Amino acid sequence: MAQTAHTEVPAHGAAHKAGFPPFESTYFPSQLLWLALTFGFLWWMMAKVIVPRLTDIIETRRDRISKDLGEAQRLKDETEAAIKGYDKALADARAKAQAIANETRAALNAEVEAKRHAAEAGLNEKLAAAEARIGEIKAQALGEVGGIATDTATALVNHLLGGTAGQDEISAAVAAAMQK
Amino acid sequence: MANDPIHQFQLSTIVPIDVGGLNFSFTNSSLFMVATTVVATGFLAAATSGRGLVPGRMQMVAEQAYEFVAGTLRSAAGTEGMRFFPMVFSLFMFVLVANLIGMVPYFFTITSHIIVTFALAMLVIGTVVGYGFYKHGLHFLGLFVPHGVPTLLVPLVTAIEVISFLSRPISLSVRLFANMMAGHTALKVFAGFIVSMSAAGAVGVAGSVLPLLMTVALTGLEFLVAFLQAYVFTVLTCMYLNDALHPGH
Repeated sequence: MAQTAHTEVPAHGAAHKAGFPPFESTYFPSQLLWLALTFGFLWWMMAKVIVPRLTDIIETRRDRISKDLGEAQRLKDETEAAIKGYDKALADARAKAQAIANETRAALNAEVEAKRHAAEAGLNEKLAAAEARIGEIKAQALGEVGGIATDTATALVNHLLGGTAGQDEISAAVAAAMQK
Repeated sequence: MANDPIHQFQLSTIVPIDVGGLNFSFTNSSLFMVATTVVATGFLAAATSGRGLVPGRMQMVAEQAYEFVAGTLRSAAGTEGMRFFPMVFSLFMFVLVANLIGMVPYFFTITSHIIVTFALAMLVIGTVVGYGFYKHGLHFLGLFVPHGVPTLLVPLVTAIEVISFLSRPISLSVRLFANMMAGHTALKVFAGFIVSMSAAGAVGVAGSVLPLLMTVALTGLEFLVAFLQAYVFTVLTCMYLNDALHPGH
């Protein structure tokens, strides 16, 4: 069949011997027809089946990976938030405990102070009362001393001098003596 | 098989079909086009059927092919370029699988025929021109008039741009076709040396180790070329599509 086909060898095929199979133009229609049919079918299959399927596979994987990464990031953020919350709660509790301790300490101090003040005030009052009483007793005693001195002086005057001395004179003399 | 390095590119009719004097026969090339399509779609469909969140080995390969082409397209033509992704991915898979199937001994390499690679290149350029005019109207022609060129030089530069644009489908198709054809021819030539030297007695058998080593090395190289040419075809496709999307340079 090749012998029938070395009529139309193109110019650039002249270096080869006549009837070089790739340049047999009688077969060109057959080659083109079957190429169109087979390549057309291949193209159709690629466009309709293979390429959408591969795109789907690769995109599904990409989506899945980015979704998983997003989920991991979300969980990480959540963990960090939880840790932050825990730290905050811990700090709050610590501050609260400190505040309660301070408050209690202040309250107790105030109470003790008040009691001390009250006790001191009571004592001062009693002291003042006692002092007043002492002064009173002292004054009373001194007053009685005057009376005793007058009585004693009257008795002495009566005994030594006989007669009677005026009561008033004696009192005035005693008072004058006591003034010294 | 005959010891003729060109024989492997021979087309042979399996089911003769003739419509209006044109030969639409189902040939060995057609058979391998069908095989390429079946292998490419079958592999990708099987690999992605599990839709695993954690990919298995096959799914990993499919996903890597996807990411590879998507990355190339996105870096060359931007995010808007992704509208062409099915076409670019189909081209990459078709060329890659066709090249790799061609590496199996006795198998036909469909990309070693210029008409096949030219048709694929014209599909790319047709898309570029069609989409360029559809999207930008006559502004698409701005592609041929670069900015910042002195007025005196504009006609010259525009002529060069037009010529370079017109040569794109040719360079795109010839690069793939010539690489596959030349590589397979070289492989066949060196493999043929082993046979013909071995027929020349004890010295020949000893000497045939050299072309054997060469054949082994070339086979490795050809696997590299099979992948590399699919890659280059894809990268250039992406760059041309970028012109359709952003013709203003």
